[in-house]
Amino acid sequence: MSAPPLPTGTKRRRPTVSAFQWFTMLVIAAFIIVPFYTTALGGFKEIGELRVNPFGLPASWDPVRFTEIIFGPTYMRSLGNSLFIAVGTVILSTLISSMAAFAFAHIKFFGSKFLMGYLLLGLLFPSATAILPLFIKMRDLGLLDKHLGIIIVQVAFSLSFSILLFHNFFKELPKELIDAARMDNCGYLRIYWYITLPLCLPIIATVGVFNFVGSWNSFLLPLITLNTDANYTWPLGIMQFQGQYGSDWPRILAYLTLSILPAIAFFLLAQRYIISGLTGGAVKG
Amino acid sequence: MASVASSIDTVSGSAVRPRRYMDRKSLVPLLLFLPPALLLFTVFVVLPMIDAGTFSFFDWTGYGPITDFVGFDNYEDVITHRNFGTAVRNSLIVVAVSLLIQLPLAMWAAIALSERGTHVNILRTIFFVPYMLAEIAAGLIWKFVYDGNYGLVPIIGDAIGQKLPFVLADKLWVIPAIMLVIIWKYFGFHMMIYIAGLQSIPSEVIEAARLDGVKKWKIVWHIKLPMIWSAIVVSVFFSITGALQLFDLIIPLTGGGPQNTSHTIVTFLYQFGILRMKLGFGGAVSVMLFIACVIVAIVYRRLLFRAEQT
Repeated sequence: MSAPPLPTGTKRRRPTVSAFQWFTMLVIAAFIIVPFYTTALGGFKEIGELRVNPFGLPASWDPVRFTEIIFGPTYMRSLGNSLFIAVGTVILSTLISSMAAFAFAHIKFFGSKFLMGYLLLGLLFPSATAILPLFIKMRDLGLLDKHLGIIIVQVAFSLSFSILLFHNFFKELPKELIDAARMDNCGYLRIYWYITLPLCLPIIATVGVFNFVGSWNSFLLPLITLNTDANYTWPLGIMQFQGQYGSDWPRILAYLTLSILPAIAFFLLAQRYIISGLTGGAVKG
Repeated sequence: MASVASSIDTVSGSAVRPRRYMDRKSLVPLLLFLPPALLLFTVFVVLPMIDAGTFSFFDWTGYGPITDFVGFDNYEDVITHRNFGTAVRNSLIVVAVSLLIQLPLAMWAAIALSERGTHVNILRTIFFVPYMLAEIAAGLIWKFVYDGNYGLVPIIGDAIGQKLPFVLADKLWVIPAIMLVIIWKYFGFHMMIYIAGLQSIPSEVIEAARLDGVKKWKIVWHIKLPMIWSAIVVSVFFSITGALQLFDLIIPLTGGGPQNTSHTIVTFLYQFGILRMKLGFGGAVSVMLFIACVIVAIVYRRLLFRAEQT
């Protein structure tokens, strides 16, 4: 940085990002935000107002549509169903995949590589691929139209990615720690529960948040397996609501806003874990 | 795994190797830790895939015994189906647009936003929010934006004094309209991958080039891009597999319409296989989709491997 002095005396490498680049960033930001903005305000507007006053504030802030939806029959129930399924998926998936990853990372046994490769096969193809035979399987096992069925299937499909993330993390734990515990006659079960898991809270959070979002947003599986309104998750609920109200956009936009808000709040809180899961899984995978 | 054995040996201070790893102590935890994952994975992921292969050679409605062997008839039905070509073509368009427009845009944003700062963080978060959003919600938001009566498109039409079509009901416009939603939804994800790559480049490398007077875009082209090649390969992989399984976004936007012109492979599978419970037909689509995914994965591993070599 011993460059010839500049008139302002500031650092020489100032324009790393040019004004033009900033300008394009702001254009893109507007492109991202405008649909959200019009959606959020649209719930307060009358249908005619949408056309004549798309970007301005609504004529009145009467939250009647929002309260109708909140106290209506579907909204809370479908959110509750989604929450139950997502929490169930996260708990089961975390437990099952961390146990398997622990076995692969710390216990040496014949066939370990092969079995791990087998469980990672799920990374190859998306869950939608065999959805029809999966439907038959769930029918034969009596899992259709049950939240438990969705939880179990979602856990099965989350295993590959979760095991990969857990395994990458467990491998990095100091070997000496595990060895010392074994010397002291500590069994693998206790090592798993008292040493590995407490040390792995960050990765548990990452995997958990990741599976939570995946479950919360999932559509195809509930669409195919659930057929009782009372069991609907929120994406099914909102599609049904939209079908019911056709082009009563203010009402639909209000419902949309109410459905998106919890997700965005959650995202802002958990953003760190989501990004580390994405990049960690992507780069190491 | 060899490193585990050797480190245990050094810790225990013995050079001999006859440790019994399959002792009783590790057998019980193994029997506890592995079966849940293996069972769930086999029953709900692997077996359905195998079933899809079986079903694809039979004519079966889902009830009773599977007896009606039809050879490759189901595959023929799929390939000669009026809308299968459209579905494949649309999926390929999604891949092409992702590679040619979305990824360069994501790279452009990543280069601008890879350095630290508050306003940078705010922009990054904004760009990433659509990715977190459920596809269903994103699809409905854009269904509103594109609505020809009350959405934003007619307002743009008023502004430029043109009567714009109902884009989602217009055979010509529907695919570009969907592509715009895809870029809106997913470009932030690719940007994040690139940012992670860019931040892992040692700053000395960039600093040295800068002090040598190398122009900014030459640094990007000759140093940054080659150094994050593996991040690029990863994002290309996600674009392609994402395009192959695109479903949730299409259903609220068009449901495959107008006149079945906006189907992707999975909406095609849903519309003509699942809704009609045609298991053989659906099985054939599944098998083809599976093969496509495996090919993509193999090419991806090759490319990534090469990237790590250089």
